[in-house]
Amino acid sequence: MGERRVVITGIGVRAPGGSGTKEFWELLVNGRTATRRISFFDPSPFRSRVAGEVDFDARAEGFGPREIRRMDRATQFAVACTRDALADSGLSPGAVPPHRIAVALGTAVASATSLEDEYLVMSDGGKDWLVDPDHLSPYMFDYLSPGAMPAEVAWAVGAEGPVTMVSDGCTSGLDAVGYAVQLIREGTVDAAVAGATDTPITPIVVACFDAIKATTPRDDEPALASRPFDATRNGFVIAEGAAMFVLEEYEAARARGAPVYAEVSGYATRCNAYHMTGLKKDGREMAEAIRAALDEARLDRTAVDYVNAHGSGTKQNDRHETAAFKRSLGDHARRVPVSSIKSMIGHSLGAIGSIEIAACALAIKHDVVPPTANLRTPDPECDLDYVPLTAREQRVDTVLSVGSGFGGFQSAMVLQGLGGAAR
Amino acid sequence: MSDAVITGMSVASPIGLGTEEHWKSVLAGRHGIGEVDRFDVSGYPSRLAGQIRGFEAADHLPGRLLPQTDVSTRYALAMARWALEDAGVEPGTTAGPGAPADYDMGVVVSSAQGGFDFTHREFRKLWSQGPEYVSVYESFAWFYAVDTGQISIRHGLRGPSAALVAEQAGGLDAVGHARRTVRRGTRLVVAGGVDSALDPWGWAAQLAGGRVSTAREPERAFLPFDRDAGGHVPGEGGAILVVEDADSARERGAPRRYGRIAGHAATFDPPPGSGRPSALRRAVELALADAGRTAHDIGVVFADAAGVPELDRAEAEALRAVFGPYGVPVTAPKALTGRLYGGGGPVDLLCALLSLRDGVVPHTAHTARVPEDYGLDLVRDEPRGLPVRSALVLARGRRGFNSAVVVTAPDS
Amino acid sequence: MTEPMDMNTLRRILVACAGEDEAAAPAGDILDVPFTDLGYDSLALMESAARIKQEFGVDIADDVLTELETPRALLDLVNGSVRAGRPAEGVRVA
Repeated sequence: MGERRVVITGIGVRAPGGSGTKEFWELLVNGRTATRRISFFDPSPFRSRVAGEVDFDARAEGFGPREIRRMDRATQFAVACTRDALADSGLSPGAVPPHRIAVALGTAVASATSLEDEYLVMSDGGKDWLVDPDHLSPYMFDYLSPGAMPAEVAWAVGAEGPVTMVSDGCTSGLDAVGYAVQLIREGTVDAAVAGATDTPITPIVVACFDAIKATTPRDDEPALASRPFDATRNGFVIAEGAAMFVLEEYEAARARGAPVYAEVSGYATRCNAYHMTGLKKDGREMAEAIRAALDEARLDRTAVDYVNAHGSGTKQNDRHETAAFKRSLGDHARRVPVSSIKSMIGHSLGAIGSIEIAACALAIKHDVVPPTANLRTPDPECDLDYVPLTAREQRVDTVLSVGSGFGGFQSAMVLQGLGGAAR
Repeated sequence: MSDAVITGMSVASPIGLGTEEHWKSVLAGRHGIGEVDRFDVSGYPSRLAGQIRGFEAADHLPGRLLPQTDVSTRYALAMARWALEDAGVEPGTTAGPGAPADYDMGVVVSSAQGGFDFTHREFRKLWSQGPEYVSVYESFAWFYAVDTGQISIRHGLRGPSAALVAEQAGGLDAVGHARRTVRRGTRLVVAGGVDSALDPWGWAAQLAGGRVSTAREPERAFLPFDRDAGGHVPGEGGAILVVEDADSARERGAPRRYGRIAGHAATFDPPPGSGRPSALRRAVELALADAGRTAHDIGVVFADAAGVPELDRAEAEALRAVFGPYGVPVTAPKALTGRLYGGGGPVDLLCALLSLRDGVVPHTAHTARVPEDYGLDLVRDEPRGLPVRSALVLARGRRGFNSAVVVTAPDS
Repeated sequence: MTEPMDMNTLRRILVACAGEDEAAAPAGDILDVPFTDLGYDSLALMESAARIKQEFGVDIADDVLTELETPRALLDLVNGSVRAGRPAEGVRVA
């Protein structure tokens, strides 16, 4: 079979501050922030009251009343992005046999929002331990075991190949795409719709990050709350969103004249086997994931034009990651621009890895590096070029995107433009 | 391409903690189904579950892990340890020459329900007491990746790892992905699945799925392929397998090989009402092709066995199409445990490997009358002595997931 | 305001919030054994601090919590503020 290569031919994004891919990219290149005080519920009893919320109107997105009842918010996001990505790719239904199409959907907390809504109904606002099965939504099983999420994506695509949910916490968005890339490379399928969705802005999730003080208490300045790599950072801003991609085997994509954003040329994931939430200072395992991803792409580290950081804005993450970049990229770490779009749209847990892949693909397309917003006070421990405040026009051919998550997951992906000919 | 062999395994199920205890129960037809006793189940239309009994978490886990783990994660951690011991691997302690270390070992575990009992308690604290009563551990004890992460940490496994969710099919997908990971160069992957959601909320949610039996007699509640099939009994537990590169196993002198993961395929059904056929048959055909086997080579099929007439019929149809009427012995030992969601496929896989080892196919207990038109050679009443060399294991997940694994004898 | 916290109470809270580790001799005198030696990480201490707040009304600030090295230091801090009826530095009394 030789080396099968995988390319991104379609993108769909729902992120805070913009409803589609175009608005998403405009927000990033302008360095605008879309974090705000939580409006979905009264956040006053909580420590962290800011979030990256998506202004999403399911009806305007074309969902009918039955679909709206059937799909929870996270699923609606994924399906809306899937529709966009398919249209963007120009891949016509039937062009690839159904069993040769895979779906890999990433998510960290799946149907958390719907679970919480149902919990309140069944437990009479939390008063009763025993829940009344008669008051149960028929979809409750899908919220417990979220098979309906990837199913809805598969149905929207007409996919009958492998369909799965990849739920590796906050690296899910990278890992779901990485999973699908492996399926295409090995020849199991010829195309895939992959990406991730999460809608965690709900009291239980906000409370659990409050408890470990991972989210920022900078509640008075919502727009300035997410400060990756800044000396004054004090936690991440929770967010929601989704991004989905059409991935195709390169020769097939070329044969049909598909628009190609980038090739996914390297992917690797490792675990730190250290702590469910903590990170070692040395960044060893993330560095290993980066090294392995570059290896798979057969690239020297100096080829990297831009690093899309995990950059969550917690004290420990940004230090950990800076160490990982130095460890894996050597001197090049000091030369290559590194930025975190979480500064603008917050951290949508499992979804963010895919949203960041979208940003990387667009950076390659437009030859622009998105900035790290809110970075005004340099931290001596984070001493790389984080592209503060302002986007940078430069040649972007090769991008490294990384993620880090609870459970110890560390993932890295390499995207490459195909040069003038294929673009 | 390198071979992926199973060098260690373990199970925690309603009929046994550990491989041999479980297998003994399977062959004896001893079921583990009874009335749920973790809360007052009397107000619910369905009351029977396959509960694990006699598992004292403190006997199997360091005390430090108890406050931060859901019951399902405790099973996962206990099983991972047993499976690694079975494989003769104790990461971090015996890392001598030839032993895998560090990035050589990964984890891929499927969970369909996450740490649900744990999270139910935290939801309750949040809404009855307030946000500051929510545990710091909720941030990870709930999510689907918790078993993978905790196993990685406890045993120092730093290789490529993942958590997959595909309802009941996810456990086999995890084993398939473990094989993929081994083939891509990782020496050993701890793989499998586990689930438990037997708290009042988890129970109600399972009932909302509409497929849980309302029967009151344990022997009559879950009757796969029976004409009286009336739904399934939910269970808890799962299995963990050590999937290893054959060369790696040889290099380190692995004490045993239960078999090879020869083939895997996953497919997804078209949307309801599309008029297109179920994709289960194609999953079977693709798994056989992946294994380089024909239907003729397969000695036994461990069926998904939904226990819902239309689903049983669909599975029988797929098997008939591939193997011919009465073309292969079919069995469903899960009749004894209930359906274990993410854990179900791996438990069947473990049983299939033991069938290869012992030359015996367990029977489907309780099922008595199989509709003639299913055309199934269902192994009933008692185990059947058969020198099985290859087995096919099937799992389906609600909403359309199909997963198929072919295992073969280690020397095949 | 509540009774001062004794070592047994603290031990109960620690075990409930962070578990017991046979290797770290929980039954012995742990008053001056560093938390790190007892195997209590930052999460364990955060969970314990939340419980102390609920039971004793003493809210230990994050940066103070991370500085506490031993059970004795934690007891002194909590009881100092309980006795005084007013917050010690870095402590709020609910």
